[in-house]
Amino acid sequence: MNAWIEKQRHLIDFTLASLARRRTKNLGLLLVYALLVFVLASVALYTHALRQEAARVLERSPEVILQRMVAGRHDLIPPGYLERIGRIRGVQQIEGRLWGYYYDPVVKANYTFMAPAAEQVKAGTLVVGPAVARSRGLAPGNTISFRAYSGKLFAFTVAGVLPHASELVSADLVLMSEADFRAFFEYPAGHHTDIALSVANPLEVRTVAAKLAAALPDSRPILREEVLRTYASIFDWREGLMLALLSAAIFAFAILAWEKASGLSAEEKREIGILKAIGWETGDVIKMKLWEGGLISLTAFLLGFVAAYVQVFRFGAPLFEPVLKGWAVLYPRFELVPAIDGLQVATLFFFTVFPYMAAVLVPIWRAAITDPDSAMRS
Amino acid sequence: MKLRPSSLAFVALGLAVAGFAATFVDAALLRERNAPQLAARGALAARLGLTDLALFTEARYTRHPSQADLHSAFQDHPAALEHFPTGSLLPPPAALIAHHERLDREATSPD
Amino acid sequence: MIELKSIRKAFNQGRPNEFWALNGIDLTIEAKKVTAFRGPSGSGKTTLLTIVGCLARPTSGRVRLAEDDISGLPERFLTDIRRSTFGFVFQQFNLIKGLSALDNVMLPAFPTGRPHRELRERSESLLDRLKLAHRREARVEWLSGGEQQRVAIARALVNDPKVLIADEPTANLDTALSREFMGILENLNAEGRTVILTSHDPLVVESAAVHRVVSMRDGRLTED
Repeated sequence: MNAWIEKQRHLIDFTLASLARRRTKNLGLLLVYALLVFVLASVALYTHALRQEAARVLERSPEVILQRMVAGRHDLIPPGYLERIGRIRGVQQIEGRLWGYYYDPVVKANYTFMAPAAEQVKAGTLVVGPAVARSRGLAPGNTISFRAYSGKLFAFTVAGVLPHASELVSADLVLMSEADFRAFFEYPAGHHTDIALSVANPLEVRTVAAKLAAALPDSRPILREEVLRTYASIFDWREGLMLALLSAAIFAFAILAWEKASGLSAEEKREIGILKAIGWETGDVIKMKLWEGGLISLTAFLLGFVAAYVQVFRFGAPLFEPVLKGWAVLYPRFELVPAIDGLQVATLFFFTVFPYMAAVLVPIWRAAITDPDSAMRS
Repeated sequence: MKLRPSSLAFVALGLAVAGFAATFVDAALLRERNAPQLAARGALAARLGLTDLALFTEARYTRHPSQADLHSAFQDHPAALEHFPTGSLLPPPAALIAHHERLDREATSPD
Repeated sequence: MIELKSIRKAFNQGRPNEFWALNGIDLTIEAKKVTAFRGPSGSGKTTLLTIVGCLARPTSGRVRLAEDDISGLPERFLTDIRRSTFGFVFQQFNLIKGLSALDNVMLPAFPTGRPHRELRERSESLLDRLKLAHRREARVEWLSGGEQQRVAIARALVNDPKVLIADEPTANLDTALSREFMGILENLNAEGRTVILTSHDPLVVESAAVHRVVSMRDGRLTED
């Protein structure tokens, strides 16, 4: 056992001494390799964390949202709908929601105005999201006026700012009382934007949705599971887009690595002949090369992954944020909660480490079975 | 006596593996530290009935991808909720904003 | 100690450029003696050396090493025997460029898994003995021809082989260095090592250190 370890150490000594001969070139390769892993790992970590975040935050959103459709477009819920739903079994709670959009020409950003039913925001006051407060410089007690789409000017007092911790879901919210909301948008009385339903038994959600669709044929139920799927696919799509943009770089590196690892120079072939002549077995040469490939690819993987983690979760992913998060005037500021998917890491490991080792091994196999007397004949 | 290259390699690799392991530990610690905030986000979503992340606020179908009309951009199938926010990748041309904004403000009804 | 029986060796067998380098060699090489193969280039002396040193297998014929028939052994065992029994000094020295003299000397012992410290001490003492202690950390391509050959000799000796094989050892050396080499050879022989070499250098084949000269031509032995 000790002899075996000592032998492997000798082989590593030799392969490292060999690599050190072309130090800049090999360090450069290692660096480019690590950079590639870094980029791929950054994308993977970032999108996975966002997906997880979305899934965990939105798992508490309403089970079913019911929209009314008119000519394929989202329309207001007229009075009477709430009562008709009330008779469907399995529905625990029904709530007509009031919300809409407002474009603020001062900061050229869109806000989501909302009149929470359960929350009592006092008439004449607002509770604003953190990004709104930031962009307009608002603090509790300030007065702010918005010109409504009707042209009238409305003045409000800021009663509070939503906590920073919730910014990912609340950055652009402006909460107001129902009366203010209806007055501001000239919203017809008794109408709602849509209806939120809570269903006690998660197994009944689909049945309830089917009943809703049957009872109110002009409505469209949106299930929470669909919402969660939407968010998963949004970040899948962004990750895919990023990878597509990167694919050229990935291929370039693959060619470089293949060329470097598989292209055995005449010098290397000669050296293998010498090693075999002085008593190395074919297996020893292959093991030595495996150590070379393994050490380079493993080091590159570890360095790249650690750097990616630090970049994404400690420095807020400055490199890929714009592509992965998207463009917006009002950006939520949020600290991404780290989520590492073991399978994703394993996949990344497999696809970065093994191809390199294979690229190292294939040509060496051919070279290593050359006759040892070639050293004598040269 | 000079240090053996393999010793150096093992030290370097050991450090790298330690760093790798540290990312998982760090992730767990950060998760734990952020658990109250995460709970707060979930609670707000439940309280206000929020359905979407406030990541892309530039259009209805990107601010609330899950609530958009059936016929908003790229959404031509009832099961295909908006997940193709091309508009969220690039901002609108600056030259158009002023012009369109005026039109928008002159309109009497929202949207 | 080494017995060759009707050894024949073909290159490119079965192809139009088939070439028989050895045409029936019967020879016994005595242990603890210095034996030299002499002959013009193309006479097959280097090929014979590769067969004696287990670097290559004969196309036909038998090789016996200390009573064991080794001509039919698989590569693994042949490599084992080669590593433990033979040390090689090649005509072009065949050192690994870019590595230090010490690293080169240690190379043949790497697959044995000998403890590093022991191996290093052994290599250092060998270099010391060959008056190269001061050059051990130097890259081999920075060494002179004579120094390179001495590194090659040290490398050949690191596994403490019974037989030292040298192919045209003085071909790249001037007279003074050639004499020095013969001196080293004599010492090694005096330690009880068998030495087998090829040469057409009179300085070698006519040297008193050489016990026996085997002449070759066209893949056959001509006279003793």
